[in-house]
Amino acid sequence: MSQETTAHHDDHHAHHPTGMARWVFSTNHKEIGTMYLIFSLAMFLVGGAMALVIRAELFAPGLQLVNPEFFNQMTTMHALVMIFGAVMPAFVGLANWMVPLMIGAPDMALPRMNNWSFWILPFAFTLLLMTLFMPSGGPASGWTLYPPLSLQGGNSLAFVILAIHLMGISSIMGAINIIATILNMRAPGMTLLRMPLFVWTWLITAFLLIAVMPVLAGAVTMLLTDRFFGTSFFNAAGGGDPVLYQHIFWFFGHPEVYILILPAFGIVSEIIPTFSRKRLFGYTSMVYATASIAFLSFIVWAHHMFTVGMPLGAMLFFMYATMVIAVPTGVKIFNWIATMWRGSMSFETPMLFALGFVVLFTIGGLSGLMLAIVPANFQYHDTYFVVAHFHYVLVTGAVFAIMAAVYYWLPKWTGHMYNEKLGKIHFWWSTIWVNVLFFPQHYLGLAGMPRRIPDYAVQFTEFNMISSIGGFMYGFGQLLFVYIIWQCVRGGETANAQVWEGARGLEWTVPSPAPLHTFDTPPLVDDSVAVHKDNLS
Amino acid sequence: MKRTNELIVALAVLAVITVITWGVFAVGDNMPRGVTPYSQDVYQLHNTILAIVTVIGVLVFTAMFTSIVVHRRSKGYEPARFSHSTKAEVIWTSIPILILVVMAVPATRVLIDMEDSGGAEMNIKITGYQWLWRYEYLEDEISFFSALDRASNQARQIGSGINPRDVDNYLLEVDNRLVVPVNTRIRFLLTADDVIHSWWVPDLGWKRDAIPGMVNEAWTYIMEEGVYRGQCAELCGKDHGFMPIVVEAVSREEYDAWVASQRQGMADAAHDAARLWTRDELMDRGANVYQAQCAACHQPDGSGLEPAFPALARNGAPTGELNSHLDVVMHGREGTAMTGFGSRLEPQDIAAALTYTRNAWSEEEGEVVQPATIAELNQG
Repeated sequence: MSQETTAHHDDHHAHHPTGMARWVFSTNHKEIGTMYLIFSLAMFLVGGAMALVIRAELFAPGLQLVNPEFFNQMTTMHALVMIFGAVMPAFVGLANWMVPLMIGAPDMALPRMNNWSFWILPFAFTLLLMTLFMPSGGPASGWTLYPPLSLQGGNSLAFVILAIHLMGISSIMGAINIIATILNMRAPGMTLLRMPLFVWTWLITAFLLIAVMPVLAGAVTMLLTDRFFGTSFFNAAGGGDPVLYQHIFWFFGHPEVYILILPAFGIVSEIIPTFSRKRLFGYTSMVYATASIAFLSFIVWAHHMFTVGMPLGAMLFFMYATMVIAVPTGVKIFNWIATMWRGSMSFETPMLFALGFVVLFTIGGLSGLMLAIVPANFQYHDTYFVVAHFHYVLVTGAVFAIMAAVYYWLPKWTGHMYNEKLGKIHFWWSTIWVNVLFFPQHYLGLAGMPRRIPDYAVQFTEFNMISSIGGFMYGFGQLLFVYIIWQCVRGGETANAQVWEGARGLEWTVPSPAPLHTFDTPPLVDDSVAVHKDNLS
Repeated sequence: MKRTNELIVALAVLAVITVITWGVFAVGDNMPRGVTPYSQDVYQLHNTILAIVTVIGVLVFTAMFTSIVVHRRSKGYEPARFSHSTKAEVIWTSIPILILVVMAVPATRVLIDMEDSGGAEMNIKITGYQWLWRYEYLEDEISFFSALDRASNQARQIGSGINPRDVDNYLLEVDNRLVVPVNTRIRFLLTADDVIHSWWVPDLGWKRDAIPGMVNEAWTYIMEEGVYRGQCAELCGKDHGFMPIVVEAVSREEYDAWVASQRQGMADAAHDAARLWTRDELMDRGANVYQAQCAACHQPDGSGLEPAFPALARNGAPTGELNSHLDVVMHGREGTAMTGFGSRLEPQDIAAALTYTRNAWSEEEGEVVQPATIAELNQG
């Protein structure tokens, strides 16, 4: 079915290399997207293995498996690998694959830079992961690298900082590319307010990336000079201020957590209408809510550090600003439910993961609202309550959305339907065990267990055991995800161009699998083709 | 017809979600109520906010699952065509704002109360070290260190063979407790010597970071006698999980008696620092000091954890010449986790630890260091 189109395009691009060179020199958004996604999956398994080391040690009180120093390296590396290696590259991979297809562009605006953005990453993570094998060990001061503790480690800190710089360069180049593509390469008639919400959320995310990645680079560079070149930015004895680092870091860090969730909002906003067979409710307000969340993310950073001792006025400001984020986030959740309401829903795997996202992300959002309340935050801060909160928004939030996206678009990528039965088993297995894993951590935090400890008082034993069992079941369950993808790539029921009966948008007008080159002639877009149709716009 | 259907399903869904929510609350732990006016305010505030977000969650999930049950294609439900409603958007933007205001008012009140640390009847300075606490009673002029107790410390080593369940208050017991009087407004001044720590006792209702180069303030007023346990809450290195806090709140009379005994102890210590010690006395005391202060990094047998924590005993003999060894112990080593113990320990403790490390793993007799030598160095 797609043969003709492919053959037609190959005439224009006959010089395409094969073998390894095809991937190393690729400037094609689909191939680069695929590489990002495979890299992300590999890092997800590496970071997951580190999480299992943590959960194994915490299965019972007393130290059984690892010494505290290595435990701290695991918590630090798990976070860095998952955030910068798994979740962010997955979203960039999805953007690479889908943004040009969704806006009717033939490729990304800057294809050579696109190649470089990806190929920096394997080197960055080689640098990061090799520190584990150095004499002084990997970074062990938490992913936030708070000084003075982070400055106490060995020379491996220099490798970590260089790796972070490389990841930052990769992210900034990726973000520039996405903005340039969305602003310049939309098909005729694809006005900004006709764009799919995934494209909108990525446009806003890309601006966040460009704004804050340099801030992170600045913060870690100051760490580098403090550690190796005798400066005292964060050294109190030299007139510096350790708290300054926290302000700079979280000025990056809070927008960063929205970088990790806004594209997820976009994905869910694509999937729920498709399987509800109804257009997205309140499209325009979804766009404005996303932009509001992005703006607010810049003025709430200090809520990560209420216990450092801030003036009363500052604490009140950051508390109120943080609470306000609940309003646009609430709008999103209400709009998703209004989209389902009186729709005609069916529950294929992408929809199941999207619905799981809405429920579990809401739980994480509500615990986030609790964390904003400063007096109570003095109790919650740095406990397992916080660990539970951010894993609800990152695992059952970001990761569930990424998995939903993979199931949703996999037939478009491979030309085959995945195994629906296994997909559903994967969803239910993940959903049950991820809650066994993270829900008891709320109780542990409230009962007084601090985070980042390798051993604990015996009254915390039961909930830690339950959590560890959940962790192992959830973790090994993800091998099923790998198997389903592998199986789908290899073969399966042939997918047609539309794939999902209720899906709208340009990506469903090209054949499955999408040929290497699409939209060489831009399509014409009007309201009948547009994904979303808000009565206001 | 359709409407009734939705309403009935909604009630059923609401019932199921309520039962699940009740179960979730029934099996878990909640925040402790605590023993100070502030901790009880926080507890109330926490419960209020938790109740509000729970109700929000239950209503949102009820709407969602009602839709999931009723509006499904497998039941032949035809999709509606609406995709916008300004009225709905206005309602679900403004109602959350009102709820947030309801939450913000008590939160602001409790916070303002917490931040007023005036009117203190006594002041205690807390200094965080890797990995123990120092308490200085500014009025009563008492000062001591508080570290993980010996039983927990032995049980927590890998392969110790000791079941943590057999240790009383495993990881939550210290050698010297922070003794304070009840019904007294106490102000804490928090700082740190090396890296950032965070002082947290849940029953007092707050944690506050102890940051090198900064002095933070917090206060408490304990209403019930008892022992309250907590631990460091900010990652501070390898033994972050092993620096507990134990507060013992006693009556005013007991507190005064405790102050008197501490003063006597300090006088005895001053006397000890001046007299000449025998080798055996120093070795006995040194074994204790070494296990409490040095063994976490340099290991109980002096083998260290290379490369971060060097071995003290190589081939059975202590390494390095005495004067440089003494200098490192007194002043620490820049750029490493080794801090100076000159201001942290009594002269007799340093002398004993040095004597112990220079003799314990060696066949031959090593040097003996007298407390008076250290005391002189301290003054010089």
